[in-house]
Amino acid sequence: MKEFVTITIDDQEIKARPGEFIVDAARRNGIYIPTLCNMPGVKPAGSCRICTINVNGRLMTSCTTPVAEGMEIETISKEIEDFRKAVVELLLVEGNHFCPACEKSGTCELQALGYRLEVMAPRFPYQFPKRDIDAGNPKLVKDHNRCVLCKRCIRTILDEEGHHIFAFRYRGHQLQITIDPEYGMNMTDELAQKAAKNCPVGALLYRGKHGFEIPIGKRKYDKEPIGSDIEKLKKVKTS
Amino acid sequence: MDSNRVEEIIANYNRDKTRLMDILIDIQTEAGYIPATAIPVIAKRTDTSQAYVEQTVSFYHFFRREPSGKYTVFLNNSVVAFMMGRDKVARTFEEEAGCKFGEVTENGLIGLFDTACIGMSDQEPAALINGKVFTRLTPFRVREIVRNMKKGKPLDELSTSGYGGGKNASDLIRAEVRNNVQRQGPVMENDYTPGTVLREKLKHFSPDEVIWEIKLSEIRGRGGAGFPTGLKWEFCRRAQGEKKYIFCNADEGEPGTFKDRVLLTEYSELMFEGMALAGYAVGATEGILYIRYEYKYLEKYLKHVLEKMRKQNLLGKNIAGKEGFDFDIRIQYGAGAYVCGEESALLESAEGKRGEPRFKPPFPVEKGYLGYPTVINNVETLCTTVKIMQFGSEWYRNLGTHESRGTKILSISGDCRYPGIYEMEWGYSVNDILDMAGADDVQAVQVGGPSGSLIGPDEFDRTICYSDLSTGGSFIIFNNTRDILQDVVMNFMEFFIEESCGSCVPCRNIPWLLKQKLEKILQGHGVWKDIEDMEEWAGMMRINRCGLGQTAANPVVSSLKNFRALYEEKIQKGKRFDEGFNLEKAVIESCEAVGRIPLI
Repeated sequence: MKEFVTITIDDQEIKARPGEFIVDAARRNGIYIPTLCNMPGVKPAGSCRICTINVNGRLMTSCTTPVAEGMEIETISKEIEDFRKAVVELLLVEGNHFCPACEKSGTCELQALGYRLEVMAPRFPYQFPKRDIDAGNPKLVKDHNRCVLCKRCIRTILDEEGHHIFAFRYRGHQLQITIDPEYGMNMTDELAQKAAKNCPVGALLYRGKHGFEIPIGKRKYDKEPIGSDIEKLKKVKTS
Repeated sequence: MDSNRVEEIIANYNRDKTRLMDILIDIQTEAGYIPATAIPVIAKRTDTSQAYVEQTVSFYHFFRREPSGKYTVFLNNSVVAFMMGRDKVARTFEEEAGCKFGEVTENGLIGLFDTACIGMSDQEPAALINGKVFTRLTPFRVREIVRNMKKGKPLDELSTSGYGGGKNASDLIRAEVRNNVQRQGPVMENDYTPGTVLREKLKHFSPDEVIWEIKLSEIRGRGGAGFPTGLKWEFCRRAQGEKKYIFCNADEGEPGTFKDRVLLTEYSELMFEGMALAGYAVGATEGILYIRYEYKYLEKYLKHVLEKMRKQNLLGKNIAGKEGFDFDIRIQYGAGAYVCGEESALLESAEGKRGEPRFKPPFPVEKGYLGYPTVINNVETLCTTVKIMQFGSEWYRNLGTHESRGTKILSISGDCRYPGIYEMEWGYSVNDILDMAGADDVQAVQVGGPSGSLIGPDEFDRTICYSDLSTGGSFIIFNNTRDILQDVVMNFMEFFIEESCGSCVPCRNIPWLLKQKLEKILQGHGVWKDIEDMEEWAGMMRINRCGLGQTAANPVVSSLKNFRALYEEKIQKGKRFDEGFNLEKAVIESCEAVGRIPLI
């Protein structure tokens, strides 16, 4: 197998590792493609569609598409940027997202994407769905109002024997996340914390002793826009 | 159902979590629902979690979580059912049974539920009652059926309508379903003795030569996507894998399609032979027929055919005396999910999971069922490949048009005198087909089902072929009495909302929002901006993962394109936005009370 493949992202030629996903290749090269459901190193879900890009003239998700020699990739265009913005807007109207009252504000990836993509008012009507907060688990609070159904908890939270603790229930517009009644109840603190950390929004909150350890205003995305860490790589490389 | 029986069922499938669908279907069939107590048992025995089992159960329409009646009625709510009088039939069911749709009678005898197209569009209104199909329902027949239910009669004695033609009347099917074959072409022609290709032709053809012959015929997939079949087989043959699988996709769920029902009933040997042929060509040893739950009534018969073919040495070891040609087939039922017709969702479902489409690459030919290289072909495609081998690729290439070779089996329904299935060479115009089916005064035709296109008379000269009007076979005719927006577009949008798996953000939300817009327009509250919004929002469906998601806004897109005037005549003219209410009207009473004239 070849050591690397050459692809072009927005007129910039980069070397990528065979088999790696486009989003990862871009990331290593300091090119930020907005993502939400994606987590580096975790099997992608390709469900939020925010990382949609144009590969050789076709719209693909960069988190699920492996690089191939000679790919011509466009990550910025009016159309693509509008798609991304619309996805964030859809997520905002689909649930009930009240940032000022949310524990995750400032570290929330949906909120950060909203700012980064300059979402002002959603073009879609707010749905204000009636959704539950599930406080039945001793370690986690699950707030369906905020869930973006990214599957991160489903994909990353498994017990030592490989049992899934989280899962989907229903389908389509009714879709929601559930916690397994048995394995969920016996979840370790470590796993519960990981679940809350992996949740990009405030849908999974750890019921620990500490509340707001870092005050709002001093949190990750309060300081700089989402994606900045990736883009810094490029500045280092080019300087 | 006691837990011992649940244990037994699980053991029948070797406690294999990839056989979860079968486990659940058996429980559902026996108990009438999936009891809550069964879930922890399944989770424990298959070494999964309850949440894992639950996520599969809750995905499929026919898995019920509550007792759903000793007799569970699923009445089709597809567009054609309504056109043929579903409203009256539904009302009669409710009156006679004494409960509403979505409910079960207090004594637990009868449950009434809606279901999407059950593949009987040529004989609607139709319903499934405990898996048995009842077609051509009328209020009179419904009264009879419900009264017989109340007497506790067995399923077979609920109705006195007799059996449909052909094998529907056989002891193993005993269904009142009619075949309605209106036009037989070369694929359906009864000029073939089952087994001839496996026994005679394969003596002279190596697997590579079979693939070559299929490639030469230029046949493309008949499910709708139109991928060249020979190429698919070749990719799979070349793919590395310990084992390979052949899937036959019999999950026809596109509303208005029913041709696979007839092929499964009358041509199952041809289809199974096609699977064995594909197995020979790509080097697969196992075949799986994935078939929709709505066709459960064919199960006994299909199993019987498989058994017969095994006895005839057309399946099993050293097929037709050919050393090393081993191939066998099992039947995998679905449980009510349109999206499972998408090939990768179908694989997920066959592995006991939710039918969520996979992302591609990798394609199933590289990494399919359980990770092994897998060919997935439509029922019609597989039947056709046998005929191609028998009569030669040259024979086949002479049928149809230059870029669409061969024939297509159309499922024609709606406003016409002769609904049914028609095998036609590609290249006929919509006008030809309307004339053939006996349709007058036609306002519109839905070609390719809700995910296809809705066209009006000015386009009836277009031709049915891959490069013009491509179709998986659904062809629904609407005459001038139909309200296109209310009866057709709204029904289709509700269908897509119900059937989205929910994974992709646009597919989960956009159809829902489009439906709200359509409601607004139909209620007379729409403005110009609503039409523009609908067009723009529908465009977002392009970024969904699968074919369902990418086409789920098509009812709106194609009606906006071809029937725009219907929208325009319903919106408020000269208004930039809808005030939501009429201020003048709203204050009339209070103004009268205080004796003022409103200052508006």
